Amino acid sequence: MEVTEAMIDKLSHLARLRFTADEKGQIRGDLERMIHFVEKLDELDLNGVEPLIFMTDEVNVLREDEVKGSVSRDEALRNAPAHTDTFFTVPKVIKK
Amino acid sequence: MASNPAYETVIGLEVHAQLLTQSKLFCGDSIAYGAAPNTHVSPVTLAHPGTLPKMNKKAVELAIRMGLACHCEIERHNYFARKNYFYPDLPKGYQVSQHTTPICKGGHITIRTEAGGERAVRLNRIHLEEDAGKSLHDVLDTDSCIDLNRAGTPLIEIVTEPDLRSAEEVSAYLTELRKLVRYLGVCDGNMEEGSLRCDVNISVRRQGDARLGTKVEIKNLNSIRNARRAVEAESRRLIELLENGQPVLQQTRSFDAATGTSFATREKEDADDYRYFADPDLTPFALEESFIDSIRASLPELQEQRVQRYMNQWNLPDYDARVITDDKSLADFYEEMVNAGALPKPAANWMLGPVKSWLNENDKEISDFPLSPAALAAVLKMVDTGALSFSAASTRLFTHLLQHPADDAAVAAQQLNLIQQSDADTLAPLIDEVLARYADKVTEYKKGKKGVLALFVGEVMKRSKGKADPRVTNELLLERLKS
Repeated sequence: MEVTEAMIDKLSHLARLRFTADEKGQIRGDLERMIHFVEKLDELDLNGVEPLIFMTDEVNVLREDEVKGSVSRDEALRNAPAHTDTFFTVPKVIKK
Repeated sequence: MASNPAYETVIGLEVHAQLLTQSKLFCGDSIAYGAAPNTHVSPVTLAHPGTLPKMNKKAVELAIRMGLACHCEIERHNYFARKNYFYPDLPKGYQVSQHTTPICKGGHITIRTEAGGERAVRLNRIHLEEDAGKSLHDVLDTDSCIDLNRAGTPLIEIVTEPDLRSAEEVSAYLTELRKLVRYLGVCDGNMEEGSLRCDVNISVRRQGDARLGTKVEIKNLNSIRNARRAVEAESRRLIELLENGQPVLQQTRSFDAATGTSFATREKEDADDYRYFADPDLTPFALEESFIDSIRASLPELQEQRVQRYMNQWNLPDYDARVITDDKSLADFYEEMVNAGALPKPAANWMLGPVKSWLNENDKEISDFPLSPAALAAVLKMVDTGALSFSAASTRLFTHLLQHPADDAAVAAQQLNLIQQSDADTLAPLIDEVLARYADKVTEYKKGKKGVLALFVGEVMKRSKGKADPRVTNELLLERLKS
């Protein structure tokens, strides 16, 4: 599959990443190699093979409904790049 | 609503209901409402690297409980998917949702129509998902503030087929749905606190058109009344566009309750691209028949079953049974009264009369009612034995007890001097007095004019200052007049 300029633009928008023209060229090569690698599967007849979604056989790993494990607000805010004493803060996301 | 009969409005609803668990869907933070911001958070909620989610068993049970009550097919093989998008109150950059395998498929909810009939609104699916955090835009001038307490709260999303046709039906459906989640104990149904939120998908088309019109989505309606108003306004707006030959744009809109109009928040020109894929951090879950059966066996009695039981077991009229059971808490209160010894029909009269009046006048729920079911049952028993007249009980004693809920009903009735006189020795002198005063009427009575008996009863009541028990007085008079 060919990776187009439009495809890279769309993916970088979805990932909220910005690339220079040079970087775009590199990314394009990388993506093509990745897709080519997966295309190897086309060589096999996979009719009737269920997709493998999980790499483990574990099922029903459930927990009881108990309150535990919360951290303090100070701890929660400690690693945030921007915060007040109470909240995480981000640039205004609503124009009013 | 002045609707245009040339058009048909087609509506589907997506309702998010917050499940009544103690902790979040994938970690142990409390989901209690109203906590100080960012105090119900753990490394899982905060999406710190290296943390692993683990699913809450109770949330699965509650989702199945809802599905069974809505006659859904239960999916045996479930897994969670990631819905990828960026928003500041979504810490992981994806929402965990059951995109591919909704736990409940199909089913229906029965609504009562305005004409008094019933109609089944078909469901498309009910699935489990986690809530996002909360963005606050008016705390600071410069920045938006994020509170992650709500992030990860377990929700079910209940999605209908496009089966609804009017604002009235939307209102009836939401009323029924809220009743259902409350009866089932799945969600507290509290729309003000956001436990139940509604998105409306709406389109209009010419009557008889097989194809659906372009759809508009109105997000986050927080009351049944606003959902109803939003549908009315949007249906009008869309019909107007079509009448004027203008195109309907596929949009996401918000409803402004203050102005009663909606405004566009997002154009849907290119479809959202959420890149769903199975969440590798969560193991799939398979539901065993025995697990589903045990939930089915523990389903509580729903409104319709209670109505039947009240009618069969306690001989209540359909109307009484329905009004009482419209609110599960009210029905529970009523049953406790009857269990405490109140007679079923008088207890129903009290619920529909004095109790409901008090709730309406004070804009309160039965959970705020000052008297216990047993205390109110004690009042009813005094009326039943004749110790109190209904009017003394329902006006004076009831009013007194509402203000002094700790008082004993019998003692208060004594103190207020409300106890009826049914003692022959007390009533005899009054009866003598009346019969002596109206000797001529006694003669008339004995000649066959039985109607004057009411006059004697009335006079005895008057002389007792309303406290004579009318039934006993009547009997005593009849006895005396025989001779």
